[in-house]
Amino acid sequence: MITLTDFLMVGAVLFCTGLYMIVSKHNAIQILIGIELMLNAAILNLVAFGRYDKLNNGGQIFALFAIVLAAATTAVALAIILNVYKKYKTIDPRRINNLKD
Amino acid sequence: MSIAQLLFYVMSFIVVASALFVASTKNLVRSIFMFFITLFALAGLYVLALADFVAITQIVIYVGGILVLILFAFMLSGKETLNVLQQQKSKFINLSKLPAILLGLLFFVVMVNVICKIDADNLVWVKQVINSNNQIRPNDEMINNIGVNLMTRYLLPFEAISILLLMALIGAAHLARKEGKA
Repeated sequence: MITLTDFLMVGAVLFCTGLYMIVSKHNAIQILIGIELMLNAAILNLVAFGRYDKLNNGGQIFALFAIVLAAATTAVALAIILNVYKKYKTIDPRRINNLKD
Repeated sequence: MSIAQLLFYVMSFIVVASALFVASTKNLVRSIFMFFITLFALAGLYVLALADFVAITQIVIYVGGILVLILFAFMLSGKETLNVLQQQKSKFINLSKLPAILLGLLFFVVMVNVICKIDADNLVWVKQVINSNNQIRPNDEMINNIGVNLMTRYLLPFEAISILLLMALIGAAHLARKEGKA
């Protein structure tokens, strides 16, 4: 029997790894990967609790919604990253320090 | 120890190890491909949580869509992205990373504390479900139920998310268009 606490622990490790990546990386793509890790930790928790919701399937359905949201986020973020690269020739967030005008 | 439990530990070890590798490696390409492994192992964990449909969706959307998109952006942004990484000193423990590591570890301590405090397996509603023998069992057919629920009980969130997806599609296309044509 796999307990809920096991799933929550794995989720916590994933979340903290994502947090570390977001804070420390100098590359927008790696920051995006960190955000994806955090989202996956949240989805793992939703799915783990969804096991006890047989009638309504709340956990699993909102896990699906979260996956779709992650896809939308990534598409927009990557479009922004490409635009930033065209303008600044770098995707290091520390060196992007001008607004458009 | 049952086989499911053994598989769970193997999968979660793969997830954690590959996530840590993604976070620690200097090589962007390697970290993207290790992220691939993380996502696959997470799909395995979803199967062990008896959510097979979510696992399939994870593989189709994350591995098939998002990862290819990330690789695509990486290829398009050229070698400048790699130069940024190579400028960092290759010391074993980088002192400038220390605050981030500290933040991550402290946050982890807080979360473990919370998880131990709430004791999720003994929550009231979870206990109720287990006592009434109503949790999902390994040989249950849930996909049917998910489809019906998606179109009845969760219709409003479903519509909201489809509008949001449309907005994201238009926004991404607008952002990625060629300059000048407006």
